Amino acid sequence: MATTLDKVDVVTVGVGWTGGIIAAECAKEGLKVIGLERGQERSTADYSMVHDEYRYAIRYELMQDLSKETITFRNSRNQRALPMRQMGSFLLGEGLGGAGTHWNGQNWRFLPYDFEIKSMTDDKYGANKLPAEYTLQDWGITYDELEPYFDKFEKTAGISGEDKNPFWGTRSSEYPTPPMKKTPLLQKFETATSNLGYTPFMMPSANLSEAYENPDGQQIAACQYCGFCERFGCEYGAKTSPEITVVPTARETGNYDIRFNANVVEVMKEGDRVTGVRYYDTVTFEEFIQPAEVVVLTSYVLNNAKLLMVSEIGEMYDPETGNGTLGKNYAYQILPGASGFFDEQMNVFMGAGALGMTIDDFNGDAFDHGDLDFIHGASLSMTQTGSRPIASNPLPPDTPSWGAEFKKASIENYTRTLSVGGQGASIPHRDNYMTLDGTYKDAYGVPLLQLTYNFTDQDRALHKYLTERAAEIMQEMGAKTVVGRAPISDYDIVPYQTTHNTGGTIMGADPNTSVVNNYLQHWDMENLFVVGAGNFAHNGGYNPTGTVGALAYRCAEGVIKYSQEGGSLV
Amino acid sequence: MAEKKNVSRRDFLKTSGIAAGALVGGGIIGGVIGANTRQDGAAPSGGEAGQSGGGGTTEAVRGLQFFKNQQEFAVLQQATERIFPEDDLGPGAIGLGVPFFIDHQLAGSYGENSREYMQPPFAEGEATQGYQSRLKRNELFRQGLQKMQQEAQSRFEANFVDLEGEQMDEILTAFQDGEVEMQGANAQFFFRLLRQATLNGAYADPIYGGNQNMEAWRMKGFPGHRPSYINEIESEDFVEMDPHSVGDMLT
Repeated sequence: MATTLDKVDVVTVGVGWTGGIIAAECAKEGLKVIGLERGQERSTADYSMVHDEYRYAIRYELMQDLSKETITFRNSRNQRALPMRQMGSFLLGEGLGGAGTHWNGQNWRFLPYDFEIKSMTDDKYGANKLPAEYTLQDWGITYDELEPYFDKFEKTAGISGEDKNPFWGTRSSEYPTPPMKKTPLLQKFETATSNLGYTPFMMPSANLSEAYENPDGQQIAACQYCGFCERFGCEYGAKTSPEITVVPTARETGNYDIRFNANVVEVMKEGDRVTGVRYYDTVTFEEFIQPAEVVVLTSYVLNNAKLLMVSEIGEMYDPETGNGTLGKNYAYQILPGASGFFDEQMNVFMGAGALGMTIDDFNGDAFDHGDLDFIHGASLSMTQTGSRPIASNPLPPDTPSWGAEFKKASIENYTRTLSVGGQGASIPHRDNYMTLDGTYKDAYGVPLLQLTYNFTDQDRALHKYLTERAAEIMQEMGAKTVVGRAPISDYDIVPYQTTHNTGGTIMGADPNTSVVNNYLQHWDMENLFVVGAGNFAHNGGYNPTGTVGALAYRCAEGVIKYSQEGGSLV
Repeated sequence: MAEKKNVSRRDFLKTSGIAAGALVGGGIIGGVIGANTRQDGAAPSGGEAGQSGGGGTTEAVRGLQFFKNQQEFAVLQQATERIFPEDDLGPGAIGLGVPFFIDHQLAGSYGENSREYMQPPFAEGEATQGYQSRLKRNELFRQGLQKMQQEAQSRFEANFVDLEGEQMDEILTAFQDGEVEMQGANAQFFFRLLRQATLNGAYADPIYGGNQNMEAWRMKGFPGHRPSYINEIESEDFVEMDPHSVGDMLT
């Protein structure tokens, strides 16, 4: 039934940051690479009329068509999982560039502490700092080992920043471009956090401060501060994205092709090797088999895990016994913060997705947790990303959510409200995991991925502590009213929170506790690589893309090495 | 979505070739655009803005694409107006064209939930699991508006549209609190949808039929589609700019 195509050296499933990086590096080495992308071709020209909040931000123009595929969700194992019928808590991307097209561009390296979190926490606080149901583990790689790959991704992306943060890892070189403009709003944050004894610095940004040519010869333009980044593509080619960097780099080699409308449904295998992938052409519904020497799963976190599950590769995680690894350590992100209401009007509608200042004084293990009932923390930032009028209706406490009073207050405060927000670490828990759903299927007849997730005591304690710190900063910034974010209780998949889903295909040093080794090579199938935020053994206190980019470069090196030498790379 | 042409703003900006270097003058272009913006709040007409090329008589006619029953549409008008009322700051939902916006949205992919997972089996689930009804948005809206009319009859023995504002608010509040029985869906969810749709219509780009003459953006101080703020981003003072629509980019 399925048509079998000519064999290639490498096939990637999905063409976003990870698929693009693998393709560029492997194609430069002379490997023949095919990228299978279920969505469509798109480029900077497609974003010329992108300043449309309703179409892109509210109606999710760039996001996955859930009528074809979604996930199911429940808070706990004793609930019935039901489909996520509408997009909400997180936004799944689709099309060339993936989430690398609609991201804000906040580009971080996870902390040295993150990669060795289990060892370092145990060393400092003893093995019982957290109860045993928190399945914390090291990543099987250190920050220093990953540093060259971080450096490479930042140079590819032209990241704008400044090395003024005393709490992050040592850098081998300066940021490729200087930081973005320190606007008057950011200066308020800078002054307040300095007064409180913290160390503010400009957020590392993929909205470039100046035009830049990357080492592959790709041009990235300078950001115009138009205020339309998150959920939008950039009409200037000034927000670094795969389609303006690694994808053209790969194509220019002549060794790379992308097949669009190609939805992969299975990784094919024979014995202890994978042989290729099976996919549907989403237009004609024709079925194809693409044989390959090496398969690299480069789709989103949830889909990478799902493909391994439906292909029966690896041992499924069992929350009852703790055995198995596939689907284990799903983590999300904890979002403490505070809003402040001011008297004066501010230019909140101007900005860029990664225009911000940050402190890391309460991130990782930068502060002592001896007397606290949680570990890790959050980066605390004030960003000026461009507030838009449908989504931004800030209300002081006790204001109704509709009617005359609502209208006045939301209009009055739209230009008079700032917030300090945290990207809080999410520590894995025995009961938070992914598996396959037994009831619901996608448009191709494949079971949906099932997510079981709830916030934990660790999360609630972290949220409360960091929200208090954010509120203090907002107070110092001179807000007349400060409102901390409400304490978190049960995770709710309805309101948007963050698209920083992690885990399920975690990396590590031990095949008994991880899915892939530190080259992102599958422990059971040596010619299969799985790369993305699914490799994170927990989620850290930053946006994930910088670390995902570094892992993708590490993975590319692994694929090339494997193609030359074969065998396990560790 | 229908592609209704907003005739009054057809003239200008040939910004199809967007080069970063050309954007320095964004503020100047904005001034020109502002001069063409209607302030009277009336339905757009092709007249004085000129350049329609065909004698300038192309009147934009408004009509219903989804609702068939004028009473239901009238309930929608009044309900959205209570959510976002006219006041001294400017027009409310009706003046902004929000009911037409919602009607048009319900006729298209939004109303049909065509990019959402609508496969059975349907089960109620927990609030944290989100929308689980088999009803599409356009079905939910019709039922919700009919229920509002029924509530008006049972509570006040009058049509919803003839109620006092406070009476309408009482009914809306009953929906908001989930106190009204609905079939195959819950009233709380319907109210949230109605509220959000009202805000969508008020503040979306006027190309969708709401936010008439960008009056909602003017009230809020949002300049709409601006190519660049690189010359203003470091300003210590609040920068007031007349808004413009992304539709202005079409040549």
